[in-house]
Amino acid sequence: MQYLLMLYADESGWTKLSKGEQEQGMAAYMAYTEALKQAGVWKGSNRLQPIATATTVRNGANGKAQVLDGPFADSKEQLGGYYLIEVPDMDAALSWASRCPAVGHGVVEVRPVWSR
Amino acid sequence: MSSELRSDLARATAEEVARRSYGKLVAFLAARTRDVAGVEDALSEAFASALADWPKNGCPANPEGWLLTVARRKTIDALRVRQRRERAAEELRVMDDELEAAERSSPIPDQRLALMFACAHPAIDAGVRAPLILQTVLGLDAKVIGSAFLISPAAMGKRLVRAKEKIREAGIPFVVPELEELPARLDAVLDAIYAAFAEGWTDPAGTDAARRDLTEESLFLARLVTELLLDNAEALGLLALLLYAESRRLARRSNEGDFVPLAEQDTGLWDSRAIAEAESVLKSASRLRNPGRFQLEAALQSAHTHRCQSGHWNWPEVLQIYDALFELTGSPVVAINRALAVAEIDGAEVGLNILKKLGDDARLGEYQPYWAARAELLSRNNAFDEARRAYEIAIGLERDDAVRRFLQKRQSKLKTWALSGSKLLHPLA
Repeated sequence: MQYLLMLYADESGWTKLSKGEQEQGMAAYMAYTEALKQAGVWKGSNRLQPIATATTVRNGANGKAQVLDGPFADSKEQLGGYYLIEVPDMDAALSWASRCPAVGHGVVEVRPVWSR
Repeated sequence: MSSELRSDLARATAEEVARRSYGKLVAFLAARTRDVAGVEDALSEAFASALADWPKNGCPANPEGWLLTVARRKTIDALRVRQRRERAAEELRVMDDELEAAERSSPIPDQRLALMFACAHPAIDAGVRAPLILQTVLGLDAKVIGSAFLISPAAMGKRLVRAKEKIREAGIPFVVPELEELPARLDAVLDAIYAAFAEGWTDPAGTDAARRDLTEESLFLARLVTELLLDNAEALGLLALLLYAESRRLARRSNEGDFVPLAEQDTGLWDSRAIAEAESVLKSASRLRNPGRFQLEAALQSAHTHRCQSGHWNWPEVLQIYDALFELTGSPVVAINRALAVAEIDGAEVGLNILKKLGDDARLGEYQPYWAARAELLSRNNAFDEARRAYEIAIGLERDDAVRRFLQKRQSKLKTWALSGSKLLHPLA
């Protein structure tokens, strides 16, 4: 089954880190990605630009699509990236999610992908 | 044989098979399809077919295999309707062959433990785990479970459906976890069984059939876990704990249905066979040298049982167990009971001081046992006005009518003590 691991964190935390700490953080994500690839479960992953770049589109009052500056939900933690993995079951997905560096500074939401 | 007799016999056999192997059949099929709701539907249709077929053609030699055959076809058909891709069709053929082979090998493998682990998976809402186990392993319907858990059958039904959908769609596996993960995951299973027992326990007089049955069903589940998971200390601990509680069933309410506290129970009404079994199960658990919460709780019950039966004053021993339990769980509920044990040893005032400190925890403000314990110790300390207020709050928070009446009686006695001006050191003795 495929699962999407969605990485949520307070993105202002990143800018507060020193250069060395940022490099260390990047290295942790690269090692994690490499481990997923080695295990043959990696299907895709991306880091997203900061929330300041987000734009939302929704149904406006006149029934036409309305474009708005800003993210869908204003919360303390923002979606900052994702991993798409293919594993046999939820336990395997949770086990990978628990190793994700994001768990150290945020939250990882695990969602199964529709498969039919 | 008359057709009527044959039909009765078929019904009796089907019911017997249902009781004995319903959970086994659900577990075996669902472990392969992960579709618990689909499997339940297929099985209920299979049982209906059995009731139609067996009176005419006689009971089959292997009724479990017969039911599995019918349920397998219905399960695979249902999956075929839902899955249309080529690869899925191939998977279904493999699954079908595997199930067919299992029908001939009797008895079918027992995967009820794996089913329980799926139901009590950390990804499943904690509040629905016990109901889910009761439904899938024992076949109780949402109406019975809802009434036991004080939730409307419709709401309970919805929560169960949602949980089964999550098991299917999120790919929650039907496996007994690996050794390193087992203790934490087993805790969730044991917690769920304990919760089911506790719900049944709130109706000790057994006036509500659904809830009385729940204590029996939970005992069955606790026993089942100890049989399927050999030499697990905590599983044995839970079984011992439930047996101790069960042994006092007849003594915990008076003939009038009033609540009788432990210290005032007639020990002659206790079930000595249940106590003996509890003792021996707890001994087997402690031989495994792997202590845990349920074993400590059972040890506590054992100590209470001995004290009440023999009159031997053993509060220091009780306090030791509470200390260990508190260190393990940090539970404010344990802390309350620990304060009561301290009061037995060092006097009400010392116990009260501990309770007052605990009162800073906001969670306890709405917790009946906290206020009842406070009221009890205040009255022992002759602080009758404060005790009356504490009883008032405890009464307002209680949901069990018998306990409410008991607290009201205690509260009204305060007046007499206060008027007589007697310095009762221990009015409850």
